[in-house]
Amino acid sequence: MVQSWGATWSWGDATKGTDSMGVMKRLSGIVQAKANKALDKAENPADMLDLSYEKQQENLTKVRRALADVTTAKKRLEMQAAQLQGQAQKLQDQAKQALGQGQEDLAREALTRRTALADQLSSLGTQHQQVESQQQQLETTAARLQTQVEAFRTKKETLKATYTASKAQASIGEAVSGISESITDAGMTLQRAEDKIAEMQARSGAIDELLDTGALPDALGAGKDDIQQQLDAVGRAGQVDAELAALKAQVGAEPALGTGDAGGAGAAPAVETGEGAAEPAAPAAEPGAPAAEAGAPTAEAGAPTAGAATDEGGAR
Amino acid sequence: MIVRILGEGRYEVPEADLPAIEQLDDELVDALERGDENEFNGALIDLIGEVRHSGILLPADDLRPSQLAVPHEGATLAEVRALLAEEAGAEG
Repeated sequence: MVQSWGATWSWGDATKGTDSMGVMKRLSGIVQAKANKALDKAENPADMLDLSYEKQQENLTKVRRALADVTTAKKRLEMQAAQLQGQAQKLQDQAKQALGQGQEDLAREALTRRTALADQLSSLGTQHQQVESQQQQLETTAARLQTQVEAFRTKKETLKATYTASKAQASIGEAVSGISESITDAGMTLQRAEDKIAEMQARSGAIDELLDTGALPDALGAGKDDIQQQLDAVGRAGQVDAELAALKAQVGAEPALGTGDAGGAGAAPAVETGEGAAEPAAPAAEPGAPAAEAGAPTAEAGAPTAGAATDEGGAR
Repeated sequence: MIVRILGEGRYEVPEADLPAIEQLDDELVDALERGDENEFNGALIDLIGEVRHSGILLPADDLRPSQLAVPHEGATLAEVRALLAEEAGAEG
């Protein structure tokens, strides 16, 4: 058992020095105790070496799995961020469009929602940093464990072959406690990483759900985007106005161009043609019927006369 | 003295550099007792920096155990408190 030959281990050194228990000494004690516990199952030093080796390999596998999880989590966060970024850009465009339509309230609403998204985005950014630091730590741990596993594999056979000699027992003890401590440390790192990954997965799962159900600011649900609906409504109204104006212009222009009869000359819709400008001049010069007579030849003469009338109006 | 930075590795620190490290350790204890997150973070960064600076990183095939352990980089006050709380349970 560990205790029976623990006397040869060097942990005792940790108890000498300052009398006040610093954090470092206490932590060291905790790690050693955990390491010891892990080796409790071993019956003898040879078993311990094998057990340590197995444990190391197990840790390495777990670290690699955690690394894959972290990478997935990171990609997921990046995708979510891109999605939110797209929505934020859309709201920005909508705000601009709303302002262009003179709908300041709608623009304000769009920008308010954009702010909510910006908060989500900044939280995603923080998470992304955490994931990256986890990834780095796990990569370092994996690389270190890999080297350790290889170094220990050759060393443990040498140690096993010679462990009967009393001197070798001491070195086995030291090697086992050293490796066990490293295994414990790697296990603790792994545990932290797994906790963080689980936390991260829960959070990004929640964001996915929000994105899916459209519960994240209404504007996110592409199907029921009320800002867009209002913008479209105004856009449609604007379109109708434009068509109406075009239609009015068409209707208004028709009598002036198409009808040259007496009634047409006196009619109000002729205003835009320039004839209207000439018209007041005629009654002023020769009131009554002569004016109507004068109007008829003008209309009959067609375009050239109309041009002259326009010039006359302009001169006035 | 071999000092382990949790999650990182072991460093062989010359005896002459230990007082500086112990002083930073005291600051860490002080911050923990007062629950001062800022002081704790600062002391931990300094402590890790000092160990890395004054110590020599031991290769993986060096199987000697360590005598002191520094919390992992970026550890929060709450995390270290939780770790230290395991003391009673782990020693049994």
